[in-house]
Amino acid sequence: MIAEIGLGLLWLAAGLAVLQSVLGGLALKLTHRPDLGGAIKPVAIAQGVLATCAFVVLVYLFMISDMSVKLVADNSHSEKPWLYKFSGSWGNHEGSMLLWVTILALSGGGIALLERRVRRDTLIATLMAQGLIALGFYAFLLFSSNPFARLNPAPSDGNGLNPLLQDPGLALHPPTLYLGYVGMSVAFSFAVGALLTKDVGPAFARAMRPWVLGAWVFLTLGITAGSYWAYYELGWGGWWFWDPVENASLMPWLAATALLHSVTVLATRDALRAWTIMLAVVAFSMSMIGTFLVRSGILTSVHAFAVDPQRGTFILALLLIYIGAALTLFALRVGTVREGATFEPVSREAALVLNNLFLTVILGVVLIGTLYPIVAQAMGQQISIGPPYFNPAAGSVALLLVVAMAAGPLMRWRRDGAGALMRRMALPLALGAVVMGLVRLMAPEISILSWLGLSAAALAAAGSLAPLWGRNLRRTPLFTWGMVVSHLGVAVALAGMATDTAFMKERLVAVSEGEAADVGPYSVRLVMVAPVIGPNWTALEATMEAQRGTSRPFTLKPQARNYSNPPTDTSEAAISTRWDGQLYAVLGKQNADGSWQLRLWWKPWVTLIWLGGGLIALGGVLSLLGRLWRERRGLGEATHA
Amino acid sequence: MRKLLLWVPLMVFALFAGVLLRGLIAPESGTISSKMVGKAVPDFTLPAAIASHPGLSSADLKSGKPVLLNIFASWCLPCATEAPILLELEKQGVEIHAIAIRDKPEDVVAFLRQHGDPYARIGSDVSSQVQISLGSSGVPESFVIDGKGIVRMQHLGDIRAEDVPKILAALKAAE
Amino acid sequence: MMIRGLILLILAGLSAPVLADSRMDAAPYAYVQLKDPAKERQAKELMATIRCLVCQGQSIADSDAEMAGDMRSLIRERIEKGEKPEAIRAWLVERYGDWVTYAPPTRGSSLVLWGLPLVLLMFGTGLAMSRIRRKAR
Repeated sequence: MIAEIGLGLLWLAAGLAVLQSVLGGLALKLTHRPDLGGAIKPVAIAQGVLATCAFVVLVYLFMISDMSVKLVADNSHSEKPWLYKFSGSWGNHEGSMLLWVTILALSGGGIALLERRVRRDTLIATLMAQGLIALGFYAFLLFSSNPFARLNPAPSDGNGLNPLLQDPGLALHPPTLYLGYVGMSVAFSFAVGALLTKDVGPAFARAMRPWVLGAWVFLTLGITAGSYWAYYELGWGGWWFWDPVENASLMPWLAATALLHSVTVLATRDALRAWTIMLAVVAFSMSMIGTFLVRSGILTSVHAFAVDPQRGTFILALLLIYIGAALTLFALRVGTVREGATFEPVSREAALVLNNLFLTVILGVVLIGTLYPIVAQAMGQQISIGPPYFNPAAGSVALLLVVAMAAGPLMRWRRDGAGALMRRMALPLALGAVVMGLVRLMAPEISILSWLGLSAAALAAAGSLAPLWGRNLRRTPLFTWGMVVSHLGVAVALAGMATDTAFMKERLVAVSEGEAADVGPYSVRLVMVAPVIGPNWTALEATMEAQRGTSRPFTLKPQARNYSNPPTDTSEAAISTRWDGQLYAVLGKQNADGSWQLRLWWKPWVTLIWLGGGLIALGGVLSLLGRLWRERRGLGEATHA
Repeated sequence: MRKLLLWVPLMVFALFAGVLLRGLIAPESGTISSKMVGKAVPDFTLPAAIASHPGLSSADLKSGKPVLLNIFASWCLPCATEAPILLELEKQGVEIHAIAIRDKPEDVVAFLRQHGDPYARIGSDVSSQVQISLGSSGVPESFVIDGKGIVRMQHLGDIRAEDVPKILAALKAAE
Repeated sequence: MMIRGLILLILAGLSAPVLADSRMDAAPYAYVQLKDPAKERQAKELMATIRCLVCQGQSIADSDAEMAGDMRSLIRERIEKGEKPEAIRAWLVERYGDWVTYAPPTRGSSLVLWGLPLVLLMFGTGLAMSRIRRKAR
């Protein structure tokens, strides 16, 4: 009965989405009937409430382990810990799509409830676009992925006890990315709304900005977490592989980062109007292409997913409809949108244009590199594209971007002098040059990209802090802090990447119990290898003692695990975080002579990569709070963003 | 001109959508075929995998008569399922040589005792080095090699009953 | 069919090695580094750009699959003998085609990979320049 209620709620919400779109369309056409536009807000709010209720019903079904519901039976088990029953409700295709549409409907309700900056007709058009997007996903759910489908007869218990999927990271990772994707859809709706009513201006930019910022924070967190997951789970110490699934999450982030900066130009200087609209469309299409790549499985990836080409077809159809329609609208309407003010060559807005240019080129590199194997296959070639393409192609532009990032915040809006800028940049430039020279002298063997990366990181770290120079820190606006922290985060992450790539020490060694091996500054002794038993696995666990010089030794316990159901071997790396890096140990196979194969890495400053990612996201949060504070709109939106 | 420029994004998008659609229709295939087909077998000499059969070298594949080179291993399940087919081919007069991948003599002996022995020569490739030089990406795989030592055909995966005519035709064409 | 089986195994088991393993020890240089750090670095750089044949989108430097270990051993042995990394890459490409290297070919239609970003950069620069105010002088 409960499942049927859930399904009923979903149908009702879909009905309201239809109503919302129709009302919006009518209100825009029949301007003499203001009551039509007045009705759209309550409808959007009701749709949000109904979708949320449907999702709560699904979560409830998972919590009580109602095995007569197919989705629960397939993906859950009555003996699962409650956290994984809970997260299991979105840890599958149908549930995750319901979560997607729920967040979408909630944001629609949030806009209807809180948004007061944009013109009334623009708001109505935005809500209409939101209704149409939601409608596509409701159709997807109701016609091809019903989460509430029953199973008759009901099994005695579920199948979903796969231990590998019971990981706190995997429980939180998808909703994080979805929040980012949905935020992009809101920006997209705003862009479509503003195009429809020819209302592309600062007010529209200010309304869109919190959504872009919020979405961007979640995308940043999602990528950072995904990278760390790959780092500890795959067991070879790598943190980025240019794998299609990773690229699928990076592309919306790149577009969102560009949008974030162009929307600021639009809000502050009423320029880059058409370009900002374009970026909003691109950012949402990247979110959908990302979802498509991950769900359709058209490219092989090391990050395994339950893929289904049929679902891919549906997502592709939605992508075609939404983005095709938006770009047609763009071509028809954008001629009426004047691009707005022009720029001085040395000015904050010129630097932001440079930022957008570089980000767009990087996005182009990642997009082409990810999709080109499909094109090649159509031409009868099988090719692979990986680090030898992405690193130089995206890396070189990224270095330019980082330098522009250091200089941009030191420029004034409207007009600035080249000489004054050079004076402000003197210290960062000097620091970058010193690091450049020192690294060249002390480590001439490292790759050019790492060398330039380290220098650019030093320059950017100093440059990002420079806007605080000579300011009263207490009276510095929160969003300026946000910018500083985010930019510093980029420098920190870059430093981590370059240091790890350049100075990482690897040691592959076969040792017997009692023997030791050196890696970097550490001596690692294999004390013993013994079997251990976990809840649903058995493992061989090595006990290692690591010591640097004469300091206090610490223990590492990597495992070679064997899961029984399904039968799977995994290696659980032991990672010990020190103040200046991480020691990473993996237990391999036993050789015929009884010795054990060990893989040891000393990864200096590798933690900076994820610390930097965290700082970037934190800066986004500060910025978001600062903007909302400044606009005296209360903090309500932040909780929905 | 400017009007036309505004349609460029839509056209670029259509192009990308076409690529995605193409990917959906024909997903990236995981099978990597050898590019050695049409080229001479690389030089190699492998020791005998078991005492009862001689080892295998590239010279043995230039005997003037087409042969089937089967890459197998005792620890590979599909190798066992294709064993009866190989026996059938041998009965029809096909000369079959083998390369045993990462295998121990006692395991190969046990495998042949259980599943039958269609092989004239068996070379032992303990770390897959000859397998890699042939462009083979797994077990089982089979190559049709003509009398001059030129690779004429590669068969990926186990040979099934329905593949037999194709293999025989390739052997005939290689004469 | 074999491939289908592999995919199912992957779906069931995340990143575990997919093929049934042999009972043999790993190849001599699969998990053993070269003595000369310069040569080892060369080998490592090459291995990171060679695609594992039996994995789902991993380089042989990041894989526990036996076949990946055998290829690592092959590369280290050849580097040890003084062969140049690019010669080894070419040797592998001759056998497995361009699929085996993560460095896309720098000939023919694949030049698009380098050309398109350049075009994008130039086009974007042009577009940005058109927005910059000419000096009124």
